Amino acid sequence: MTEPVSEPSAPVLDVRGLAYAYPDGHQALFGVDLQVRRGERVALLGPNGAGKTTLVLHLNGILGAGSGHGAGSVRVSGLPVEKAHLAQVRRQVGIVFQDPDDQLFMGSVRADVAFGPRNAGLRGAELEDRVQEALALVGMADLADRPPHHLSFGQRRRVAVATVLAMRPEVLVLDEPSSNLDPASRRELADILRSLEVTVLMVTHDLPYALELCPRSVVLSDGHVVADAPTLEVLTDADLMRAHRLELPWGFDPRTVGPGPVGSVGP
Amino acid sequence: MGAGHGHRLHYHGHSRVHRAPAHRKLVVLLAFVLLVVATPREWFWAHAGYAALVVGVILAARVPLGYIARRMVVEVPFVVFAVLMPFVATGPRTEVLGLSLSEPGLMAAWALLAKGTIGVMSSLTLAATTEPADVLDGLRRLRMPELIVQIMAFMIRYLDVVTADLGRMVVAMRSRGVDPRSPRHWPALARTLGALFIRSYERGERVHLAMLSRGYEGAPRS
Repeated sequence: MTEPVSEPSAPVLDVRGLAYAYPDGHQALFGVDLQVRRGERVALLGPNGAGKTTLVLHLNGILGAGSGHGAGSVRVSGLPVEKAHLAQVRRQVGIVFQDPDDQLFMGSVRADVAFGPRNAGLRGAELEDRVQEALALVGMADLADRPPHHLSFGQRRRVAVATVLAMRPEVLVLDEPSSNLDPASRRELADILRSLEVTVLMVTHDLPYALELCPRSVVLSDGHVVADAPTLEVLTDADLMRAHRLELPWGFDPRTVGPGPVGSVGP
Repeated sequence: MGAGHGHRLHYHGHSRVHRAPAHRKLVVLLAFVLLVVATPREWFWAHAGYAALVVGVILAARVPLGYIARRMVVEVPFVVFAVLMPFVATGPRTEVLGLSLSEPGLMAAWALLAKGTIGVMSSLTLAATTEPADVLDGLRRLRMPELIVQIMAFMIRYLDVVTADLGRMVVAMRSRGVDPRSPRHWPALARTLGALFIRSYERGERVHLAMLSRGYEGAPRS
């Protein structure tokens, strides 16, 4: 992975006082603060309509002061997310969208994974190495020549992760990574995410998944950060959970499961 | 979901026709279709020869004739039009099986049917023996503007996705007692198609977001 430009103690993601209203007047974020440090895996929880996706789209500058009314700042490894740095920011922050069909738009898995690095100027053997490296990380190296629409849903989700890993991002942002996956694919993806040495911010409704993968959780509700604590603490705070429409699956008790395997948390 | 794998036109094989470079096949197809269209319609034997040639290529490619025949239903609207022509066209009339038919109409119907069938058959042969991605590469090699090739590539990629979307919507309609085949329910079908357009448009926006997120800056790169 690429070395940080700034001092290592600086947060990889540094969101301060971020407010945002869409052009139609609907305000989605009200002064959000969020810091994520290198190697952390953080879950972003919250009910539907809490502003999670709006926040995510600020992290690589898709949304920002230019597209609506906003205040506050987003920095990635110390670099402000502004028009002048968008290309670099988008290399550093890799977003995996919820529907892999939106993310895989080329004719073959190889071409799709190559899309990002090619835009970054890579060509020839260097590009091919990068594609192979990313596909190997998600265990999909054998399927490089298949068209994406011939893969299973779980495989497409993994290729979608590879398309972003091929850009060697500093932060991997996943929007609902476990949605629509069967239990086996869900576990395989968890194994892959755990094996990556990259900072992860994971938007999810799947609370057991958050507990399994992310030592820390941030709860966003109505555009405000209402909790930022160890995941186990968040999930066992009944009042907080009830107040923000968060519910555990029936029969799941985080106290008996305990926090996820701690040994595998980044460097 | 219910929709099968793509490749609804491609027939997997390793014949010489399959292995021929896509750009040559495209040029041959275009030249052949132009030739067929330019041949005077009175040259009946020439059209028979063209048809025999296409059938020969299909056999050489080891694609079952039934495979091509079933996909020729796309021609049906033209066939209907061709069958109508002898009845509605003007000019000298002739008696066939007790029906009074227009002679120029008969000739026009014959020409439309013969040339159309040969054209559709040869295009299907290209599609059956060439992967969509190879067709695109072929077009690129023939200097088709990159933007158009990209648009076609997106069309191929998302055809299945949009068809599957439509399939699910039709299943949902049927489950609520609407039969999309009955004219009584065509207004509902029309609204469904409108909704499908909106869905596809929004998907296009999400794909564009995903492209921007991976450093796309507006110009397609080959």
